[in-house]
Amino acid sequence: MDNAVKNENAFSIKSFASKYAIYLVLIVLFIGMGLVDRNFFSLSNVKNILIIAAVRIIIALGEGNILITHGVDLSAGRLVGLTACIAASMLQRPDYAYKMFETLPQLPLVVPILLAVCVGLLFGLFNGCTISYLKLPPFIATLGTMVIAYGFASIYTDAQPIGGLRDDFTRLASGSVLTIPNLVIIALIASLIIWFILNKTSFGKYIYAIGGNPNAAMVSGVNINRTTISVYALAGALYGLAGALLAARSGGATNNYGLSYELDAIAACTIGGVSQSGGIGTVQGIITGVLIFEVMNNGLVILGVSAYWQQVIKGIIIIGAVAFDIRKYIAKR
Amino acid sequence: MPNEYILEMKNISKRFPGVQALNNVTLKARPGSVHALVGENGAGKSTLMKCLFGIYFYDSGEIIFEGENCLFKKPEEAIAKGISMIQQEQNPIPYRTVMENIWLGRYPMKKYMGIPVIDDGRMYDSTKALFDDLGINIDPKAMAAALSVSQLQMIEIAKAVSYNAKVIVMDEPTSSLTENEVGQLFRIINELKSNGVAIIYISHRLEEIFEIADEVTIMRDGNYIGEWPIDEITLDMVISKMVGRELTKRFPPKHNVPGDVILKAENLTSINPKSFKDVSFELRHGEILGVGGLVGAQRTELMESVFGLRHIVRGHVYINGKEIAIKNPIEAKMHKLALLTEDRRDTGIFPVLSVSDNMLIASWNKYKKRGNVIDGKNSLSDVGKGIKALDIKTPSHKTLMQYLSGGNQQKVIFERWLLTDSEILILDEPTRGIDVGAKYEIYSIIADLAGKGKSIIMISSEMPELIGMSDRIMVMCEGRISGFVNGEGADEEIIMRYATQYA
Repeated sequence: MDNAVKNENAFSIKSFASKYAIYLVLIVLFIGMGLVDRNFFSLSNVKNILIIAAVRIIIALGEGNILITHGVDLSAGRLVGLTACIAASMLQRPDYAYKMFETLPQLPLVVPILLAVCVGLLFGLFNGCTISYLKLPPFIATLGTMVIAYGFASIYTDAQPIGGLRDDFTRLASGSVLTIPNLVIIALIASLIIWFILNKTSFGKYIYAIGGNPNAAMVSGVNINRTTISVYALAGALYGLAGALLAARSGGATNNYGLSYELDAIAACTIGGVSQSGGIGTVQGIITGVLIFEVMNNGLVILGVSAYWQQVIKGIIIIGAVAFDIRKYIAKR
Repeated sequence: MPNEYILEMKNISKRFPGVQALNNVTLKARPGSVHALVGENGAGKSTLMKCLFGIYFYDSGEIIFEGENCLFKKPEEAIAKGISMIQQEQNPIPYRTVMENIWLGRYPMKKYMGIPVIDDGRMYDSTKALFDDLGINIDPKAMAAALSVSQLQMIEIAKAVSYNAKVIVMDEPTSSLTENEVGQLFRIINELKSNGVAIIYISHRLEEIFEIADEVTIMRDGNYIGEWPIDEITLDMVISKMVGRELTKRFPPKHNVPGDVILKAENLTSINPKSFKDVSFELRHGEILGVGGLVGAQRTELMESVFGLRHIVRGHVYINGKEIAIKNPIEAKMHKLALLTEDRRDTGIFPVLSVSDNMLIASWNKYKKRGNVIDGKNSLSDVGKGIKALDIKTPSHKTLMQYLSGGNQQKVIFERWLLTDSEILILDEPTRGIDVGAKYEIYSIIADLAGKGKSIIMISSEMPELIGMSDRIMVMCEGRISGFVNGEGADEEIIMRYATQYA
């Protein structure tokens, strides 16, 4: 008993630090940026950060679930690009000169968005099946899907940008309810749903279990294939939603949309405490990880740091964060 | 100088938390002789060898090699001095050639335009010469992955010889060899002997020892029992010295009454030809069936097949008289089977998840409200009851599993399978790695479950545990059942004889 309690106490101090460190980092970063430049604190700038972060949060939620199962999804970014093109192509203004589908009737907004979600889901299912049944390593399986998705996006758009989106569609991204931007509300709802799944459903428990110890999960009678396929499918659906919203926010789409978004999502999840060894991660952490990234991006732009230096700084932060994450596990041996 | 010892390990003691693994153990090896080291599973043979190679640091005692006091801090140091070891389990690099595996870390080099590169030609030649010397017929350029277990074992032996070692430790070298290959190994050993090499030979196959060894050192429970020249001792004496300990009151009273047959297995044969074959047994309601045997007797493989983790090519399993076919653990669970695996870390616990998540993982289906939504209140209240009933020492149900002691982790896994309402519990080495004190608690849980009518299969390599807990003991040897013994007052020597019957 004594031993167990002692360990627990020793752990608490450490866990307090590692548990709240990322929230502190976010707050310090936010205040720091604000002190350097007053414009940073303006309501419009904060809103701007949140609107950009919203789409990234939705992607990171999907990627995060996969990372918790000790998998990885490299196809996230390209699937966002593909689904953005699909949604955009069906929501062009009737009078726009370069319409992709000239005879397409005025569809209700929900149809193309749902279609984007379904396409994402199908690709996710495909990822899940190749990983579960063909036993491909997730890295390779989703690498293949990444390339396929880009190919389809290029074929679909003929590598031409899709513009002239309907106002009701772009308003979905620019509008707000009671001054809260729509995109933020959607990201919040998605976060709540994922939080509920991870914490209040058996599916969520199985996600943590197969990431925490796949062998023990198998012996315990967890249906590993079904869980794995569902996780990738769910992530695909989230990428589809993110794709549609990205198209709405930027008023168009090209086949190059979403490039390397998966890497940003993986980095954000890792900074947010999702373990690279699986079994550990929370929705709060994932959101915080994304916000740290976006605050940093925004701040560096306001400070006038060149885009190239921004890349260098981002890279250093990813390495630093993962080095920190790994240290927790090295110490335990 | 046949009396001169090349290696002496004197009065080696090693303590692990909660257990004295070695207590004043002495082992002496002469050049040009084979020294057998025997003892039951857990007697401390491997620990002693790990102390020799610096994998563990011993607490007291001394190691004298070639008349010099030595303390090796890592295996490489021992190897450099001329002590090498053949491991029971090989870890070759699968997609490299045989010769690369043998010379790994000490490749012959040559200069190519001033740049050092690996001399493949020389490596091939020296491997070929080594193999020819030992009568091994394997292509040095074959991929390690393409070789059989016994071929890999021969390569391990060749590798040990290639270091020009003066002392070679062989840990169960024959466990994966065919009879022919054993003969070949013995020829190699005799060759090495005549070259003045000292061999420390660890084996469970006692007959082998009388064939090849010159002396034998016997260990029991971490203690040094003695050393005898092989022609001054008999097989029976070796067995009785290996097991000769008195049983103290280490087990709780049992009140279970075995009833009708609940589980019946007929002619189970593994899909792996080297595993179990034509195994039949019955388990009664409320019975504790012990499964004894030596490491490699295929007990785990058999029971994991019953649970659907491994596969059989033929045979039948009946539960309550009805034939069933279990293909995976999900189906095993539906038939109210439970499995507590041998390797808790690898297949039991979820170290980074909470105690409650660890406990509930197999029974979420029971706690579903709507769809996949779980009933948090009900499940947590059952977790609380379980923690109390099994006296699990944990600060909270939220504590991560990795912070619990082995005994408490094992109790959590017990409760995991009690929550699934299982009727047949297969326990694979249920007290492995558990402190002596906590063992009694585990025994109490087992006795209590049997008393409540649960049927239990308990694989154990610890004789006293088998005899102290089982109603009946099924002894396996080399994938077959070699005999059944009644648990009450069972004779360890008879069990040991069954366990080595086909060796």
